[in-house]
Amino acid sequence: MKKTTLLIAGFLAAAVVAAVPASAAEQVKPPRESWSFAGPFGTFDRAQLQRGFKVYREVCASCHGLSRVAFRNLSEPGGPEFTEGQVKALAAEYQIQDGPNDSGDMFERPGRPADHFPSPFPNENAARAANGGAYPPDFSLLAKARTYERGFPLFIVDAIPFFEYAEHGVDYIHALLTGYREAPAGTNLQPGQYWNEYMPGHAIAMPPPLSDGQVEYPKDEAGNPVVPETIDQYSRDVSAFMMWAAEPHLEARKAMGFKVIIFLIVFAALLYFTKKKIWARAHAEEAHG
Amino acid sequence: MSGHSTYVPKSAVAKWFESRLPLVGLVHSSFVAYPTPRNLNYFWTFGAILSFMLVAQIVTGIVLVMHYTPHATLAFSSIEHIMRDVNYGWLLRYLHANGASMFFIAVYIHIFRGLYYGSYKAPREILWILGVIIFLLMMATAFMGYVLPWGQMSFWGATVITNLFSALPIVGEPIVTWLWGGYSVDNPTLNRFFSLHYLLPFMIVGVVALHIWALHVVGQNNPAGLDVKNLKKDTVPFTPYATIKDFFAVICFFVFFAWFVFYIPNYLGHADNYIEANPAVTPAHIVPEWYFLPFYAILRAIPDKLAGVIAMFAAIAVLAFLPWLDTSRVRSATYRPLYKQLFWVFVLCCIGLGYLGAKPPEGGYVIASRVLTAYYFLHFIVILPILGLIEKPRAMPGSIAEDVLRKHGGAPVGLASGASAEPNSKG
Amino acid sequence: MAETATAEPTRRDFLFIATGAVGAVGVAAVAWPFIAQMNPDAATVAAGAPVEVDLTPIAEGQIVKLFWRGKLIFVRHRTAEEIKEAEDVNVASLPDPEADSARVKEGHAQWLVVYGNCTHLGCVPLGNAGAYDGWLCPCHGSVFDTSGRIRQGPAPTNLPIPPYAFVDDTKIQIG
Repeated sequence: MKKTTLLIAGFLAAAVVAAVPASAAEQVKPPRESWSFAGPFGTFDRAQLQRGFKVYREVCASCHGLSRVAFRNLSEPGGPEFTEGQVKALAAEYQIQDGPNDSGDMFERPGRPADHFPSPFPNENAARAANGGAYPPDFSLLAKARTYERGFPLFIVDAIPFFEYAEHGVDYIHALLTGYREAPAGTNLQPGQYWNEYMPGHAIAMPPPLSDGQVEYPKDEAGNPVVPETIDQYSRDVSAFMMWAAEPHLEARKAMGFKVIIFLIVFAALLYFTKKKIWARAHAEEAHG
Repeated sequence: MSGHSTYVPKSAVAKWFESRLPLVGLVHSSFVAYPTPRNLNYFWTFGAILSFMLVAQIVTGIVLVMHYTPHATLAFSSIEHIMRDVNYGWLLRYLHANGASMFFIAVYIHIFRGLYYGSYKAPREILWILGVIIFLLMMATAFMGYVLPWGQMSFWGATVITNLFSALPIVGEPIVTWLWGGYSVDNPTLNRFFSLHYLLPFMIVGVVALHIWALHVVGQNNPAGLDVKNLKKDTVPFTPYATIKDFFAVICFFVFFAWFVFYIPNYLGHADNYIEANPAVTPAHIVPEWYFLPFYAILRAIPDKLAGVIAMFAAIAVLAFLPWLDTSRVRSATYRPLYKQLFWVFVLCCIGLGYLGAKPPEGGYVIASRVLTAYYFLHFIVILPILGLIEKPRAMPGSIAEDVLRKHGGAPVGLASGASAEPNSKG
Repeated sequence: MAETATAEPTRRDFLFIATGAVGAVGVAAVAWPFIAQMNPDAATVAAGAPVEVDLTPIAEGQIVKLFWRGKLIFVRHRTAEEIKEAEDVNVASLPDPEADSARVKEGHAQWLVVYGNCTHLGCVPLGNAGAYDGWLCPCHGSVFDTSGRIRQGPAPTNLPIPPYAFVDDTKIQIG
């Protein structure tokens, strides 16, 4: 019988395994990067988030909104942690629509920390009209709204403590920003499309957004930028910033998780010994019949 | 729920109260004096784990509703408001979202434990069928809950699943329109799903009460699948023995739960659900939450729309007939050498279906789904009825007490039907 | 079991107490987020930042209603007569004795800024009404004078003054 069972199990397994190669063209998997915020003790690199914000503001913000983030978030703990003064000054540089006033008209006023980032386009249709039909997505949640397939068995490994992986979205974004290549011969690209290694289908409507030296970074005492002013570094910084924008409580979450799990393990150990003590009575009865 | 109480009210007030409403006596007989078999293993703690998860889901759910807005234009933003601005909102939402998955992990272990140890057999048929009803209610609740964030997967999941009913001849289309409250999934749909998502958990509580009642009438099954013969030798009182063991298991389960909530909170979700619902764009892969995947695979395995829907519901309904499909008189797989192996084949079949449910419905995946779907039904409708007739059960211990002694490495005990006793394969 | 009666129970009791104590701490820790979530959220707190109010459009004798942190505030441009009425009162005779000068900013006696909910049970009093020309609460008949002080009726105290300051002669900042 054991043989029969194995036969059935083998047949069923073969059916599944045989199915696998059938799957068609897959997305090119982005390389796995190392991020300061990965892992159980991960935290954001404040300087990186501040640089990432600078890249967002100077390069991306003309097309991509950040509508779910408020200016005040930039000074809150666990984020870029700009000072409150900096945030106040920054907010005031934006014009926010408010109203209606006493005469019933909407008006614009300088931003306050409690305001959210105004979006570059009033609605999706306007954004598409201005971008040749493509819609530049809002950045607020993009790092969580993008991912890629890891496939079996890696997707199981991704859930295992100390091997866990939750940075699919940022890895994809960083790969995409640095993934522009010459289109391979024979590729049919529509006008206004660019070839990107990591974009599913490879055709992307966004022109390569970054170039070396485009954004000025803070300088050290010798007058050199603290980190290289390169496409790769810009991309890393803005990707990290997007991760924070999508998950602003990431640091608090991981810090609390550590305490909770330690507590639960201690409590479980105590309960285990209590349970043993209590059951000793029952086992004693058993032994004596 | 009755008959085991040794509770005697001591004070005059307690006596006065008890003679008017015997509540304390009821609790005492159900959760203190209630006799539990001595040989239960840790798979029997999942009932307690499920009770905790049900309460946790209801409590976090009620709190989330304080901040959620069930409107098509505001729902997605209100979820982000919870995630970003509400005090500990991210924690409460991740607890609730991952809690649903934990609930299903626990319920699947609970169900497979029942399958392995034959917990559905007489006299526990009603208990088992109540469990199937709870499972169905859980699926409905989870499905409607997943719609509430109004992300892309919410919207398209709702569209696809409600469209299942359009497979019905003649009445299909009107029923779907009725379910939607419009001509597509829209605000009325979201509002009614929200209402029902709030209601159904309380119906689950009601059926759980019946489930526990039925359990306490017939008593728990146990790994040996034997009936209790001698209360003193075969059982221990629920409190403190079962309570402390359950409590320990619950906390261990919480460690697992916490890992997901705090470190990989989006692992079991879909990235597409962080994009607001858009009726003009369908995500590349419409995939339900993992706990629906085996049934989704069965749905897609069948080329005919109506037959696919029927097969999917039949896959759950067949469970309700299990007490009569399994013809073996032996409960526990421990003493059923053939069933024990086929049980694990069935587990693999379900996992395989789950894997295929996540894959696109093309080429080899479809063929594999068909093979596994066929086997799924074969297991219940053909294998189980025949197996009970041809299988030769192994010798069983004479009582639960003997089973315990065997496991604790006590002296060899005379076996009930001693003839072909295999030496302790359980170790 | 009887032979271990002396040594065992202490260790066992300690274990039970420790487990119970840790469990109690756990329950309290779990309860906190469920309590804290009902406090004002971060957006509400941030929206409660100070607001500036331009006083130039408010005519003499006019009462303007505005909101700060979701609470109603009256800004009243008092006439000379109303100021005199408010000042010429025997403070000691009032139910909630307070001088008018303590209820306005120095040099800006024409501007009265008070919360707009009756101190009895929170209704909105009607302006320029009642026996003392201040406010009259329609719910239970509390009467306030031109300084927003309670004069008659069930309200226990004067209308409270929100935190505010003059930025310049025609602009105040509330909060």
